[in-house]
Amino acid sequence: MSPDLLKLIFGRLTFESLPLHEPIVVGTFAVVATGGLIMFAGLTYFRVWGYLWSEWFTSVDHKRIGIMYMILGIVMLLRGFADALMMRLQQALAFGGSEGYLNSHHYDQVFTAHGVIMIFFVAMPLVTGLMNFVVPLQIGARDVSFPFLNNFSFWMTVGGAVLVMASLFIGEFARTGWLAYPPLSNIGYSPDVGVDYYIWGLQVAGVGTTLSGINLICTIVKLRCPGMTMMRMPVFTWTALCTNVLIVASFPVLTVVLALLSLDRYVGTNFFTNDFGGSPMMYVNLIWIWGHPEVYILVLPAFGIFSEVTSTFSGKRLFGYTSMVYATVVITILSYLVWLHHFFTMGSGASVNSFFGITTMIISIPTGAKMFNWLFTMYRGRIRFELPMMWTIAFMLTFVLGGMTGVLLAVPPADFVLHNSLFLIAHFHNVIIGGVVFGAFAGIGYWFPKAFGFKLDPFWGKLSFWFWVTGFYLAFMPLYVLGLMGVTRRLRVFDDPSLQIWFIVAGIGAFLVFLGILSMLMQFAVSFLRREQLKDVTGDPWDARTLEWATSSPPPAYNFAFTPVVHDNDAWWDMKRRGYQRPLTGFKPIHMPSSTGTGIILAGLATAMGFGLIWYIWWLAAASFIAMLAVGIGHTFNYHRDFDIPAEDVIRAEDVRTKLLAGAK
Amino acid sequence: MNTDTHAAHAGDHHHGDSHANAHGSFSTYMLGFVLSVVLTAIPFWLVMSGALPSKQITALVIMAFAVVQIVVHMIYFLHMNTTSENGWSMMALIFTIVMVVIALSGSLWVMNHLNSNMMPIHQMNGMK
Repeated sequence: MSPDLLKLIFGRLTFESLPLHEPIVVGTFAVVATGGLIMFAGLTYFRVWGYLWSEWFTSVDHKRIGIMYMILGIVMLLRGFADALMMRLQQALAFGGSEGYLNSHHYDQVFTAHGVIMIFFVAMPLVTGLMNFVVPLQIGARDVSFPFLNNFSFWMTVGGAVLVMASLFIGEFARTGWLAYPPLSNIGYSPDVGVDYYIWGLQVAGVGTTLSGINLICTIVKLRCPGMTMMRMPVFTWTALCTNVLIVASFPVLTVVLALLSLDRYVGTNFFTNDFGGSPMMYVNLIWIWGHPEVYILVLPAFGIFSEVTSTFSGKRLFGYTSMVYATVVITILSYLVWLHHFFTMGSGASVNSFFGITTMIISIPTGAKMFNWLFTMYRGRIRFELPMMWTIAFMLTFVLGGMTGVLLAVPPADFVLHNSLFLIAHFHNVIIGGVVFGAFAGIGYWFPKAFGFKLDPFWGKLSFWFWVTGFYLAFMPLYVLGLMGVTRRLRVFDDPSLQIWFIVAGIGAFLVFLGILSMLMQFAVSFLRREQLKDVTGDPWDARTLEWATSSPPPAYNFAFTPVVHDNDAWWDMKRRGYQRPLTGFKPIHMPSSTGTGIILAGLATAMGFGLIWYIWWLAAASFIAMLAVGIGHTFNYHRDFDIPAEDVIRAEDVRTKLLAGAK
Repeated sequence: MNTDTHAAHAGDHHHGDSHANAHGSFSTYMLGFVLSVVLTAIPFWLVMSGALPSKQITALVIMAFAVVQIVVHMIYFLHMNTTSENGWSMMALIFTIVMVVIALSGSLWVMNHLNSNMMPIHQMNGMK
């Protein structure tokens, strides 16, 4: 075939694009491909595909979508953490003239991919998954406001993750750092596909994130059960509301910045170039207008989880509910006023830097108020040290430390010394792991029995907890020290041999975290095998306080046979106090949304379009775009949107629960 | 798309009067459409004919028209007013305006300030 024809069909994708010269990547590919084939063969052999497709992939049930988000987050955690281990090993080895084992081309991709994956495809899915699963149950609703949109949002997030993962084996990923600052990310300095993978991976996933934000806001505002006023909502629902407001207000900024960057790269505009009037600093400014709210998007729901866990396991109403709500709202607003603290050193004068330094320090006030609320909730409580509560206490200790180094970094003169040093790296891992990751684990342990009907095995959970916590401190405390000594981030080789010991300690810490992750996977496996012993038939294994514990575990598709009526904060606790009797008769058919495959098809087409744009395969991009329009318009003619669960089915499901409850007593 | 699954809310889904209020009438849609066309045509004419003396003034006038255009869309197409959706849409609007003002004014302030601590080579001698 002629070269022109090949170019028309494959764009710039050639055999040379496959990283066959990188033994590490080829080895990884062999392992992933073998594992994938075994899984595919297994699923085919046991004929699970049909079940997965009809019950999960096309499901619009918020609980199943939430669980799928969690699975996505945990799978991507393995990838992101593999990157972390590679970096730790490289930095522990590359001393005294040694080049380590990663060349710079590969190492730069590893640290970029680590950041992108951990934020967008681990933390975001874990947080969104928990909100998706819990919020409708907590407000006594039967699903989210737009169930189809929810399914579509999930698959768009998967599409973005697929593009980022594809970059490992087809071509390469960005070598720019996780925010892809220009001019480095512009076409002149990054002419290959790495940055394009970054752009389209995030754009595809960003559509999903924005839509799910809109969906959850609408759900919380419109679908609360009777009696649940705003100030009677559980704190997790409040934090979910604020987080989704932040998502809807900030993700469009990211979308626009990346769109402008792609215009620079694809059609030769000069928004962020060095010359022709472009300003790379504008990119830095805009991306942090999204980027700072983003970290609060991640941590606010974690605060909500800790609030639920603390009051449940202390057996007390949350101390200072109202102040907790106001603190959350204040953090939501303030998170928009601090973005410049990410680039104090970019050249602004004293007035700008001190304004943003002070707003940053102010954020620690509402956050500190929350910390005291949790402490006072525990004060004189009957604390049960179950696993979620252990994560919460680890969070309180760790997060205070991370918060204090944050306030330190907020002082502009100090930041001029610490900017882009390992001190910064230690700080944000301290707050993201100590806040978001511990929060997600507390949430998983807390709501797992609700989702599956059995508790998680405590032995492997505690093992995982101690590996994670000690591993975290060993991995990141040395980085504080190194940062204070002036070591900057993203370095591949080191000259000063006296630094090596700190990197070795950090490497040991990362290995302990690795054992923590393995223990967690073991915990899931062991819990599944021991599910009969760990079974919870009451639906309320923790003697908890909010509405999600009023229904069975796992909840029926319709969540609540009758919409609950709320009279107080901690609605379920209040119902238990007043001797609530579960209704046993009078069930009616329940109106529910139907499953649809449109979401997964649309997201698949969007992913194909992204792939076409990355590799300049224009026919593929155009064809998948047109197909997306056709499928989208076609879906508007689908009138089979809903169905009624017959009353007999409701009666059958509720009778099973009645028997289980009778057996439990 | 809005499959309202909530039993308690299913009842008020088909009320005729709330529908009419929420979706406007033919004449308000036409009015909105005509206004948007006019508000688009004038800036287009300004640029094509070069009627105003300088490009800066033209740009500012176009921005002013764009703001009016946004308001027209909100009133005639999104049917927003101070009472719709129990005041939620007004609150969302206020929040949006606060965010946009922060982002725009903040960006202008920051970007105009970025030279403060820089030391361009050709100005090194002129440093105070």
